[in-house]
Amino acid sequence: MSSVDLSVKLPNLTLKNPILLASGTVGYGQEIAEFTDLNKIGGVVTKSLSLKPRKGNAPQRIVETPTGMLNAIGLANVGVEEYLKSKVGFFKNYDTALICNVAASSPEEYLECVRLLDSEERIDGFEINVSCPNVKDGGLEFGNNPALVSKITNLTRGATSKFLAIKLSPNVARISEFARIAKEEGADAVSAINTLVGTAFDIYSRRPKIKNVTGGLSGPAIRPVALAKVLEIRKNADIPIIGIGGISVWQDVIEFMIAGASAVQLGTINFVNPGSAINFLDNLTEYCLTQKINSLSELTGSFTL
Amino acid sequence: MYQALACVTDNKKIAENIHLIEFEAPSIANVIAPGQFLNLRVNDNLFPLLRRPFSICDVNNDRISVMFNVMGEGTKILSQKKLNDYVDILGPLGNGFNLTFNEKKTVIISGGLGAAPFPYLTKELLNRDKEIITIVGGRSSQDIIKHGLTNLFITTEDGSEGLKGNVIDCLKDINNLLFETQYRVFTCGPNGMIKAIKKYFADNKIVVEASVESAMACGFGICQGCPIEHVQSEDTYKLICKDGPVFNLNDIII
Repeated sequence: MSSVDLSVKLPNLTLKNPILLASGTVGYGQEIAEFTDLNKIGGVVTKSLSLKPRKGNAPQRIVETPTGMLNAIGLANVGVEEYLKSKVGFFKNYDTALICNVAASSPEEYLECVRLLDSEERIDGFEINVSCPNVKDGGLEFGNNPALVSKITNLTRGATSKFLAIKLSPNVARISEFARIAKEEGADAVSAINTLVGTAFDIYSRRPKIKNVTGGLSGPAIRPVALAKVLEIRKNADIPIIGIGGISVWQDVIEFMIAGASAVQLGTINFVNPGSAINFLDNLTEYCLTQKINSLSELTGSFTL
Repeated sequence: MYQALACVTDNKKIAENIHLIEFEAPSIANVIAPGQFLNLRVNDNLFPLLRRPFSICDVNNDRISVMFNVMGEGTKILSQKKLNDYVDILGPLGNGFNLTFNEKKTVIISGGLGAAPFPYLTKELLNRDKEIITIVGGRSSQDIIKHGLTNLFITTEDGSEGLKGNVIDCLKDINNLLFETQYRVFTCGPNGMIKAIKKYFADNKIVVEASVESAMACGFGICQGCPIEHVQSEDTYKLICKDGPVFNLNDIII
């Protein structure tokens, strides 16, 4: 039945379909492979990798909120060296795009991470995390600073000719400004959005429910915000968008594409239903058939205002 | 690990606010071990959003059961499930209790709903001809769960049932039953109790295996939401879902 073309052409990267699994929700790919066939998925974005291993934040790291969750994991990861040594090899058996998410505490460190990872053939591209809300050094400090986003994009672009996306923070006044900067400095795409800063208190102890006090809000609760950010970027910056934010049912994928996304990432829903991506794909094909759409990409930015 | 749509075969209240729900889930029932856990999605909606982790309480042929108390929206929905309703279950998850050991005697120490993993463990220990002493503690008799347990020694803080005191007082009280024999301890309950047990056994060679809990989203290692300090890895946390939930109590810092 699949006469529908689900593929997505991005600069420096072609995906077999628009569904990627978001950074921080699939580890390094191994665990979720027990529940889903990675070969069918457009791509996987790794947990943020930093130059040195990071222990991450002390517990409690997560709390559920109405149709969402707050997390403050704190970029716990094995570091670039160990990733290259023991983690990336797993993907050599899979035919899916592998995008490494990179986090750092200085522009030079981003450069070094990308430089080290770039030599690994299996890695198809990079997503630069300038928007983690849960670390003291770097993180949102970068994502809120146009000059730093410019510098980080410029440096990492210089270190790789592979696909390069900048993951933007929604915790700014004008996200499209940052998308424009990313475009000017040579990024191939922007990923929007990272989590929204939030918090929750226990009313009896009067303490925050997560140790880090604030965390990043994700899940269906943030979807309308994410859609508006994608729309804002689409209208004001000429750069492909990877839409992220609370996608939980297949219809959400369509909605993000209509608002301007070329591809999307599934995040929190992977925790709830690790097989979501594959369930969505069948429905996307069916939607295209009933809507007489030959190529799913036609949907991107097809809104009428 | 399996993701199974499991049919509810029983759902009953076994004590004040304590429920036992049973599912038909052969794929999981056939492979799950005592101390492992399940992550349940209580409905198809997005509220509550996340799955809820529960220790495996017991296994009967193709059926598995979990014990819970009604704490919030998720457990409330679970308590209202009817026969032939379906629940989406991920499992078996994590590592269970070590069942291959030489000690003949075992002591199970349970605090409140910490009893949840022990009916299945009890069954498997008895299958292996182990002797079991079970200490059950709670604030009052309302917290005492006896379901599926054997050879009980009960202790309550208010003295409403059994020895007035806590599980440590009870351990001291029954020390004559254990004196000079090698035995192995299994425990589950509130963190304060687990800490006290760690301290009590700190100076001797008794192996204590503790099942610990944490908030978690996925249950299989991808969300990184359930870290625990471990003596073997100073630079990283272990994950309760994947590396636990059962740990040698000497190895974890709680």
